[in-house]
Formats: sequence, C-alpha cells, structure tokens
Amino acid sequence: MDDHHYDAHDDHHHHHDNRYSDMQARVRALETVLMEKGLVDPAAIDAIVETYETKVGPRNGARVVAKAWSDPDFADWLRRDATAAIASLGFTGRQGEHMRAVFNADETHNLVVCTLCSCYPWSVLGLPPVWYKAPAYRSRAVIDPRGVLAEFGVTLPQTQKIRVWDSTAELRYLVVPQRPSGTEGMSEAELADLVTRDSMIGTGLALAPEAGR
Amino acid sequence: MNGPHDLGGQMGFGPVAPEPHEPYFHAEWEKRALGLTLSCGAFGAWTIDESRHARETIPPANYLSASYYEIWIRALEVLLERHGFAGQDEIEAGRMLRAPATPKRVLTADMVAGVLARGGPCDRPVETAPRFAVGDRVRTKNFNPETHTRLPRYARAKAGVIEAVQGSFVFADDNAHGRGENPQWLYTLVFDGTEIWGEGADPTLTVSIDAWESYLERL
Repeated sequence: MDDHHYDAHDDHHHHHDNRYSDMQARVRALETVLMEKGLVDPAAIDAIVETYETKVGPRNGARVVAKAWSDPDFADWLRRDATAAIASLGFTGRQGEHMRAVFNADETHNLVVCTLCSCYPWSVLGLPPVWYKAPAYRSRAVIDPRGVLAEFGVTLPQTQKIRVWDSTAELRYLVVPQRPSGTEGMSEAELADLVTRDSMIGTGLALAPEAGR
Repeated sequence: MNGPHDLGGQMGFGPVAPEPHEPYFHAEWEKRALGLTLSCGAFGAWTIDESRHARETIPPANYLSASYYEIWIRALEVLLERHGFAGQDEIEAGRMLRAPATPKRVLTADMVAGVLARGGPCDRPVETAPRFAVGDRVRTKNFNPETHTRLPRYARAKAGVIEAVQGSFVFADDNAHGRGENPQWLYTLVFDGTEIWGEGADPTLTVSIDAWESYLERL
C-alpha cells in the first residue's frame, strides 16, 4: 500500500499534524512487515473496519433500549440477564461477552467510565468515541460527574443521585435512559430514534420526541 | 502498577471535549491500527490482560500525550517483539529481517465475522463458594504492585458494600503475567463518594468498581 492510499482519506485537520503523519508511516511499516511474514491478512483488517463502520454501532444499543421501554418482560430479562436478553436481538461478541444493563430512574442517574483503560460495550455501542478514552473523561467522571455532565449540556436535579460505574473487570455496562414523556404509543423503531449513544453511556439523556423526528 | 493509565480522580486535563458527529476514525492509520491489533490478538500468543499491561507500561509522558490508537500501536510493537513476531529493527526498516514465531492462528477475512461474534468470554468456574454476600461491608486492600492490577488507586483501602456477586472470572492480575487464569469470584462493590473523595465530595455520588475477591477484606 502506498502513501497516496493513506493520504487520500486523511482529513485536513490531521493532515499537517506531525504526530499523525509519524503514526501513519509507523503503522504502514508495521502492516508491511506483518504481511511479508504472512501474519496478517489485509482483507481481514478491511473486514474488521467495515464491521465497526457499518454493522456494530450504537443503533444496536438503541434497539435494546427501545425494546426495554416497550416490553416490560424484556426489561425484566435485561435487568436479570443482560447478556442473554441482548443476545436475543442478535448482538453478541467482542467486548459484549458479559453485559449488565443499569436503568436510570428519577432517584438515580447512571454514568459509565473506564478509568483504567477504555472498556466499552462494543457489541451494543460499537467503537468508543475519542473523549471516552481520553484522560479528561477518565479522570473526572468518578470525582466530578456533575461537572462532566454539564460539559455535555446535561444538568440533573440535585435530588437525583449519581451512580458511576467504573468498568474495572470484564463486565460491560449499558445505561438504559429514562423514557421521555410524550412517547406513549410510539413504535419501537420510533423510540429507537430517540436513544442516543451518549444516553447509553450516561453522558446524555434520551431525546424528546419532537427532536427525534 | 501505579502507571499513567490509572486516571480516576486526577486533575488538570481540562474539559471533556465531545466532538459533534465524530467519525469512527480520524485517519486511515487508525483503521489499520484497530485491524492490526485485533488480527495480532488472534495469534493466541498473549491475553487481553497482557496487552492492557503493555499499554500501561508506556512511559507516562508518552501515554498521556498519545491518542488511544497510538497507545494500542506502541503496546502492540512491544508484544510483537516480546513474543518473537516482529522486532523494532524490522518496523524501522519497514521489511521482514527474520522469520517470525509461529502463531496459533492467522486471522483471515473469512474468519472475521465468527471471531468478532464469539468474542473472548472470561467467566470460569471456581470450586469454592463466594466469601462475600450481597450487603456485606468490606474494605479493599492497600497494595501498590509494580505488576498489573485492576484495583484503581482511588479505590484502595476504601470501605464499601457488596452490591452483586457477578460470577467467577479470570483473575487479570495473574493472567497478565502468564501466571495462569486463576479465576476468582467477582463482586460489584459500591462506595459512597465521601468515602473515596472525603471533604467536599458530591454527597449524592456513589461509585462502584468490579472487584476480584482477593482485593477484599471483611469489615
């Protein structure tokens, strides 16, 4: 693979960033060496990237949440055995092997972080955003969650407690946001459009129905 | 280890910067970094715990200024060298200089869907009953190993309540160093914010970690 292949897709912001161009050269060299050794298949890399660009992402989690809002039996199952309940919708696999669902309520808002690395429920949310893996979020979520939420435009009432889940082992957490008011009678597909990625991490709330339409 | 990765409660990193409509990747090399990391993981030569430890041993100044995909690549280079698959000299040269160790498998495109869908479950049976039950008050141990641990510094020597017995899992602290999976019971342990952060803590805050049994002492 030549330089042009890599440059063509770089956005302008990073194009002139030395660190990014150093990494581009380094990763290309690494891939070349491993290919020559017969250790990696570039087509496998393409397939991995395509999976997380087109198949495995936060729309999976939104379907889980919308079903939990619509179907009390499913919500119960999700509470008791999130891994199985989520697998019943076809969402399994890497970084979703051991799922737990935590439900927001008037009394408690849940927020998920991995202070030690970047643990994230890939099977339902896809790849984590940069901020989730960066020091600002990982350092502050556990000590100043209300300050962090304010940076996402979320202000919770002081009467609502905050529970932060630090993903220190192999359990992966999905936040089930509160169902917005004014959504009675909406279908699961319509409800899923109100469920944002951030609302399933706990840094956002589900959208009001007019915003989702 | 008390490395740069153990960030809970540190200060000075500024505001969180969510990026509206963030793309999945910010450069082509990030795509290759993801694919290479997962492809090399499929060799079966190291565990996820060893790879986490490789990331946290990146020198602090480098770790804290790197993007996460850069952290992955720097750690991957260490793992490839340690296990005989590729040396720094070869990466510098950009070509193969010697034959590699033999991997258990090479991930080909046709295997990707199955491998990603299976993932790598790490629950394992143990012979013993759990020592703690829901509602028990426990204290985390105070220790500062130079090796891998998943007990963050902010949560050491802190009292909390067992909220759930989560099953038995591979013990990361041992598995990262090739000492075996040695599964243990895993608990969700919840702390009051004031227990962790003391004076001035948000009184409405609770924080939980998932803690292996050997991290805990009964109160």
